[in-house]
Amino acid sequence: MAADSEFHVLAVDDSIIDRKLIERLLKTSSFQVTTVDSGSKALEFLGLHEDDGIINTNTPSVSPNNHQEVEVNLVITDYCMPGMTGYDLLKKIKESSSLKNIPVVIMSSENVPSRISRCLEEGAEEFLLKPVRLSDLNKLRPHMLKTKIKDHQEPEKQDKEEKQQQPQSNNNNRKAMEEGISTEKIRPRLNGITAMV
Amino acid sequence: MERNPMRRQLQVMRKSLFDQGYLDEQFVQLEELQDDANPNFVEEVVTLYFRDSARLILNIEQALERKPFDFNKLDGYMHQFKGSSSSIGAKRVKAESTLFREYCKSGNGEGCMRTFQQLKKEYATLRKKLEAYFQVARQAGPMETACRPK
Repeated sequence: MAADSEFHVLAVDDSIIDRKLIERLLKTSSFQVTTVDSGSKALEFLGLHEDDGIINTNTPSVSPNNHQEVEVNLVITDYCMPGMTGYDLLKKIKESSSLKNIPVVIMSSENVPSRISRCLEEGAEEFLLKPVRLSDLNKLRPHMLKTKIKDHQEPEKQDKEEKQQQPQSNNNNRKAMEEGISTEKIRPRLNGITAMV
Repeated sequence: MERNPMRRQLQVMRKSLFDQGYLDEQFVQLEELQDDANPNFVEEVVTLYFRDSARLILNIEQALERKPFDFNKLDGYMHQFKGSSSSIGAKRVKAESTLFREYCKSGNGEGCMRTFQQLKKEYATLRKKLEAYFQVARQAGPMETACRPK
């Protein structure tokens, strides 16, 4: 049975305005949020070090994804960042045995098809165009639910939700009810959001 | 209640900002994120924008004083500036940013300088208008009270 805790999203963006925005968007969608301003800080938070990929278990605030401590259910990152780009961060997460199951979403202000396909090929779940809207965040929950199911029950076959808005929230509820996960956290907020849209 | 006239004035100012193309739909998105728990969200973001982007404007200004122009650097700064402007719905400023970047890509220094002057004008105008808008907004009080009967 999946833990009833809130989903925790790690948001990565070098722009202070966009960090404030994404934080508010995520909190409005009832997610717990941590924001960092770089890919390297993101990896640090996730317990991974750039150079050796070894999890630092001495750091009290981080832990591997399958512990209940500080669990990150999704990483949402800007693409264009100085130093480590969002793409670099995505790669590092997907190459890490401990982190590869964390869904990663890329945000970008530029609509570059080759960039989008490169990210999706590398394992990004979604590619969102900035400025990100509240309705875009409806796409995130299915990816996080998938991971929860995977962690706590037998392996679930991949089921990509590509529809938008209303149908998607209903699918979440249906799927969640079938898997026996509480819908309390899911239903009210999503309905609120879709009504606003 | 004197809140009603203020409320009306606020609506007029707001409509004008949209009608004259200073703001776009993204500003509405910001407004939708404002609630009782975060009653000043829009003003906070906008304030943050003007503070943060001032730094970028200065960087661009300084970069334009060094000849020959480093178009890559200029484009990099403007990319950031454009992103922030887009995030708050600053429509006209964003348009100038786009133009500036096009001049960077084609290596057109004259175009960059001309556009930058225009951008600074739009930026200053927007700042003034939004400052005035939030001043009235603060006086007008929260939405709910304005709608409550006497």
